[in-house]
Amino acid sequence: MTELIKFLEPNAEIISKRPTIIAGLAQLLPDDCLITDERELVPFETDAFIAYRRLPLAVVLPETTEQVAEVVKYCHENEVPIVPRGAGTSLAGGAIPQEDAIVIGLSKMNRILDVDLANRCAVVQAGVTNIAISQETDSEGFFYAPDPSSQLACTIGGNIGMNSGGAHCLKYGVTTNNLLGLKMVMFDGTVIDLGGKALDMPGYDLLGLLCGSEGQMGIITEATVKLLAKPEGAKPVLFGFDSPEDAGQCVKDVIGAGIIPVAIEYMDKPAIEICEAFANAGYPMDVEALLIVEVEGSEAEMDAMLAKIIEVAKKHKVKTIKESQSAFEAALIWKGRKSAFGATGRIADYMCMDGTVPLSQLAFVLEGTAKIIEKYGLRVANVFHAGDGNMHPLILFNMNDPEESIKAEQAGMDILRLCVDAGGCLTGEHGVGIEKRDLMTHQYSKEDLDQQMAVRAAFDPNWLFNPSKVFPLEVREDA
Amino acid sequence: MSEQELISPTSADELVDAVKSALASGKAINVQGSGTKNSIGNDVSANVQISTSKLSGVSEYIHSELVMTAKAGTPVSTVQKELAKNNQMLAFEPADYSNLLGSKSKQTIGGVFATNMSGSRRLSIGAARDALLGVKFVNGKGELIKSGGKVMKNVTGLDLVKLLAGSWGTLGIMSEVTFKVLPRPEAMKTILIKGLSDKDATKAMALAMAQSTEVSSAAHLPKSVSGAFLDGTFSDQSITALRLEGLQESVNDREKRLINALSEYSDLTVIETEQSAKLWQEIADVKPFCGSNSIVWKVSVAPSQGHKLVAKLAQKTEVDAFYDWQGGLVWLSLKSGHHAADIRQIIKEIGGGHATLIRADDDVRSQVDVFEPQSLPVAALSARIKAQIDPKNIFNPGRMSLNDDTMNKAAV
Repeated sequence: MTELIKFLEPNAEIISKRPTIIAGLAQLLPDDCLITDERELVPFETDAFIAYRRLPLAVVLPETTEQVAEVVKYCHENEVPIVPRGAGTSLAGGAIPQEDAIVIGLSKMNRILDVDLANRCAVVQAGVTNIAISQETDSEGFFYAPDPSSQLACTIGGNIGMNSGGAHCLKYGVTTNNLLGLKMVMFDGTVIDLGGKALDMPGYDLLGLLCGSEGQMGIITEATVKLLAKPEGAKPVLFGFDSPEDAGQCVKDVIGAGIIPVAIEYMDKPAIEICEAFANAGYPMDVEALLIVEVEGSEAEMDAMLAKIIEVAKKHKVKTIKESQSAFEAALIWKGRKSAFGATGRIADYMCMDGTVPLSQLAFVLEGTAKIIEKYGLRVANVFHAGDGNMHPLILFNMNDPEESIKAEQAGMDILRLCVDAGGCLTGEHGVGIEKRDLMTHQYSKEDLDQQMAVRAAFDPNWLFNPSKVFPLEVREDA
Repeated sequence: MSEQELISPTSADELVDAVKSALASGKAINVQGSGTKNSIGNDVSANVQISTSKLSGVSEYIHSELVMTAKAGTPVSTVQKELAKNNQMLAFEPADYSNLLGSKSKQTIGGVFATNMSGSRRLSIGAARDALLGVKFVNGKGELIKSGGKVMKNVTGLDLVKLLAGSWGTLGIMSEVTFKVLPRPEAMKTILIKGLSDKDATKAMALAMAQSTEVSSAAHLPKSVSGAFLDGTFSDQSITALRLEGLQESVNDREKRLINALSEYSDLTVIETEQSAKLWQEIADVKPFCGSNSIVWKVSVAPSQGHKLVAKLAQKTEVDAFYDWQGGLVWLSLKSGHHAADIRQIIKEIGGGHATLIRADDDVRSQVDVFEPQSLPVAALSARIKAQIDPKNIFNPGRMSLNDDTMNKAAV
């Protein structure tokens, strides 16, 4: 298929030295930590942005920070590009390798090293899954707050790379707000420790800079993350509306009234149908737009907040209000929402956009999205984090139809431009990756991008870490 | 410090011109808002002073979006007045050390973000840096750079916003900041536990933070300082303060549950909204140490370790201390000597953290690293970053490290 997005031209010299490089890596790692057989490399050729695929030169799966450091040092000395990989759940192509690159996969570094409840934090290896931290601390009454939909699979290292969010970050913030420290291997194999169990790190806020740096600055091998006490209870409530405008206005007015629930999720009719068919969550089928609003606390607290939200919703002609009556029902409601991408994948191929817009622009951008989709003759399902304006239109298409694939990509780019023009940004939580790379010039000036690339160069002077990503290839010349 | 030329640009364009002109003539710049924190940091050797104080005013405030954009030199008090009109607030509670440092100026919103000045609610809501969504700043090449935006979630490119927050004017001069605001809580109550030792208070605070009652701040005020708070109401004993905020009914409900969880402590008092606000303001103002010239350190460590630092330091010198952030923020006032090496050594022994010298005379500040020295690779990395944003080292040279020359060499 024709590819709209270009990767860097693979370095033929590196590729020609493949046997030497593999032999070099084999010196540094146990046998079962190095993958070179072509069939075994296939699972690493893409991530959740499946339209693009590249076989890497080799894959290494180190077991320790020292091994990561050895491999990075070797790659630095031999100028071999490196693509870091957690669980490969990136929706933006952040973990897609290239032909001249080594993939460093963190999947074997999956141990929780320390749970420190007195200081409400956990020290974990980068390959630990997001959900594992909450599972480990659940019985003690704690959890790790950021909850991307892929949390069963995605890793903390990947979460840091993409500054991942999730449905509940309206209240609890995204990864950067929940990270206390990390251990990272730098471009030359040096290992640095940043932050720790104290609330603020000294010096420049390198934790903040590294969060969302998309594997471009080093390989994170350990993280210290915040734990929070679990709420007394939580209750998702469904609010159905006859029009997307009413739902959008309702979100804006709830927030504007000073009410911050834990989550406000939005689904349009196609998304409701897809998710209900998958999860039997009890979503109302006779509405055009659905909000899942979650409140938490004790029964009294939840009732007090719900009463206020219902009051606002009534002003916006809410048609259905349905409270979950049990933990089972609540779990089903969230299962439906969090399975949205997977459930959509059962009926069609899809591309998931991730633009964020000011709340006042929600209705306008939804309408604009519908027009763009219509123009390209495609279908769309909208399911997203409305409370913070983070939109996820899922553009449905058939990947085996080259023409439709191109249209889907073009529609996606038009939608993201619309988000930026409405005062928002290209990506709220999925990252730029390769997917949105060439749109960066729409959001940033050349000086802005040059400055970002200059800072990047302080970490990776030879551009070996995830080199095809984030920064448009054509703006790199003078960096 | 020699006589400095003072420039106060009135627009972003003028700011760009001022930086370009300093750059062209090879002059270093002392960067400041209104200068309330001038006495924090190592001595800056600069020929020009650029103040953002005339870059003032709220540029955009859409209260229903919980977002405000203001020019960097806008006084924090102006921002807070605007927010109060819509019953909103800066949730991170900007700390203000003006009283502590004897400054009469009003701190600016840019200054608050440039120094990451967070108050007691930092424990739950986050720091100033967490609230900062977007910046416009002039870099060391004299270019106006935009980073971030005005939406809550944004992972588009590198987060230079975080890098600028807490950089103490060493990376660039902000012209405009966009930040998140939150609704002011309807009610506030503080539960006070009386008579606990520092160690027992640490345990009590951890217990409170482990409850599902959303304690927003936790502080411990030992007997030696408690008289400075609430007009001396509790001057004969230590107080451990736990703050609850939110909708009235919710606060009432959580108060009951928290008191229940604290049943092992017998001497509890609850203070209501007005008294609570006064207490937390006094904690934020570092009230016990205002109005003297003692040397004051601000130390950040793991919450469970703060009391150990104080106990160990007390074996070496006479020290007054109190705790915020569940025990993780320790304010130290020393009767004699700066004890920088002792403090930093103890911090290492108790598991790490960092100490910042907040109040000391010029003489002491010429001998002591005001900010915690970094490990060599991190210092070298920081120097490389600085060199990529401010290649000629014109912004606040030397403010964050006594050995600025070493840092520059590391960058090469």
